[in-house]
Amino acid sequence: MHVSGIEDKARKARDKKALYGTDVDLESYESEAKPQVIVANAEDLPSVVKKAAMDVGVKLDGESSGSFVQMDQTPVIAKSLYEGVEIMDMASALEKYDFLQDYWWKLVAPDADKYTAEVAAAPPAGYFIRAKKGMKTVFPVKSCLYLGSSNLNQRVHNVIIAEEGSELHVITGCTTPAHVQRGLHVGVSEFFIQKNAKVSFTMVHSWGKEVEVRPRTGITIAEGGSLSNNYILLKPVKTIQTFPTATLAGRGAVASFNTVIYATMGNIDVGSNVNLNAPETSAESISRVVCVGGEVIARGRMTGRVPGARAHLECVGLLLSDKGRIYSIPELDGQSRDLDMSHEAAVGRISEEELEYLMSRGLSSEEATSVIVRGFLDVEIKGLPDDLKQEIKNITQREDLKGAP
Amino acid sequence: MWLLEIEDLSVSIGSKQVLKNFNLRISRGETHVLFGPNGTGKTTLLNVIAGIPRYVIDGGRIVFKGEDITHMSMDERARLGIGMAFQRPPAIRGLRLRDLIKIINPKADAMAILKKMDFEAFADRDVNRGFSGGEVKRSEMVQLLAQQPDFVMLDEPDSGVDLENIKLIGEAINTLTQKDQRPSQRTKSGVIITHFGHILDYMKADRAHVMLGGSIVCSGNPGEILEQIKKSGYEGCVGCTCPV
Repeated sequence: MHVSGIEDKARKARDKKALYGTDVDLESYESEAKPQVIVANAEDLPSVVKKAAMDVGVKLDGESSGSFVQMDQTPVIAKSLYEGVEIMDMASALEKYDFLQDYWWKLVAPDADKYTAEVAAAPPAGYFIRAKKGMKTVFPVKSCLYLGSSNLNQRVHNVIIAEEGSELHVITGCTTPAHVQRGLHVGVSEFFIQKNAKVSFTMVHSWGKEVEVRPRTGITIAEGGSLSNNYILLKPVKTIQTFPTATLAGRGAVASFNTVIYATMGNIDVGSNVNLNAPETSAESISRVVCVGGEVIARGRMTGRVPGARAHLECVGLLLSDKGRIYSIPELDGQSRDLDMSHEAAVGRISEEELEYLMSRGLSSEEATSVIVRGFLDVEIKGLPDDLKQEIKNITQREDLKGAP
Repeated sequence: MWLLEIEDLSVSIGSKQVLKNFNLRISRGETHVLFGPNGTGKTTLLNVIAGIPRYVIDGGRIVFKGEDITHMSMDERARLGIGMAFQRPPAIRGLRLRDLIKIINPKADAMAILKKMDFEAFADRDVNRGFSGGEVKRSEMVQLLAQQPDFVMLDEPDSGVDLENIKLIGEAINTLTQKDQRPSQRTKSGVIITHFGHILDYMKADRAHVMLGGSIVCSGNPGEILEQIKKSGYEGCVGCTCPV
């Protein structure tokens, strides 16, 4: 799409409300932010940013294949530490590579809603990550999107391309420091997983009580490619609405979505949407929600369009308070013969029997609840390097996850 | 000195009375065995001592270490020194056995305990999840060895366990009840429910009781009582001359 075409579409969709989620008043946020200092190495980042990133599982000075950090609207570092992976800020990447026009806004429409329109109208920021053909990495690319100024509308547009036969792991921590009273984060992400490429994408969110978040993600997976997408939200947030859509476009493509949510407040509307468009494709979506307050809408949609496609949805929730709500919406849409699609949804409470069992070992009711909640949120994620797996485990272990407020 | 004293305890579940004016005293260093047919209140007794809710105490009291614990919460009782092996414990998703051992007792040597029960392979498994009957028993013993209670209660530790593992479990019970020490030095006590008495070949018990209809009808030497039951059934214990 030509640049002016994108802008045209964006202009027309400026007031277009999203299908899901509460409506955000974009006018109430500022889009201009003070430019931040660009650094050469992750170690040179402000310590407050490094600390915030660490809290969302992103050890910027630990072993990695590279790093990307955006503070407010400024990409402050985009650095690869491994020749097989290219990491650039989006504006530089668009300038350098004409071929990116074939990927830019191809999986997310600029006029999908007012949020995509907002990003399309903004100067490009965000990351471009490319795993080169056949190159496999074990250490993840570490990225952090840091919203450090109050009332800011942070906008990013990310593109990931995993070329044929490559293996790429990305962990992204999105976070706000405590002093940020109010903010909005709108992120468009487009992931292209090419033939036989393997990608894991792990996103950990830690926002503030007055922060609103609208990620918009489109993913395409070619023949033999695979994606493991993991989303973790354990901290308070005002509103989040996201419904990433993956299309399994080539034979044997695989997608797996794991979602872990511990909600204490806010309106959290998250899910995943998978189109199984090619033979022998399979998809799995597992979500575990613990709600002690606020409203969680857990969506999952699978659409099977070819014979032999396999899909499984699992939405399980623990509702631990009268002040909360879990609304689980698993949807299966079969459009072909010979499909194998299933779902399992449950909303319940902590079993008395499990509580008593742990209490008989000397744990207080609160300790026992916390142990059970942690265990419930400990989703077995396949296809991740051990370090990353451990890091994700650590995030759930160190949080203070109580039964009820 | 008595470690546990149960005085005139009456307990019901719903409208059904399960224990009637039940009395039992266990000294420090003593291990008792409970025999009796199904539905006679043995498991209820253990659950009530452990403090599992759902039971209504109609009368009487439970005194442990001189303290009235009749209405104490489960975790307080556990911290006071009461430990129980469950007959059918729940599985806990996402909680590794190794981690539970550390939670129960941060000072415990988890691997040494697991090794003692030949259970190292289960260190990273979710507690009781997908365990066979015999594995569940060993998982329970592992947890009790970490907890080191002063008073241990075991509900049919030998049911569904093969011979090799019965021996392991018997040894663990001996450890928990300090049977490796001289009688005068033992301070820990226990009570074990067993139907067929297999476990008694591998552990030391000091005294046995037969329960019928929610009360103890006969008490005495474990070997003699078991022989009596084998010979003439539980009914043969009614009106026996054994001191209760």
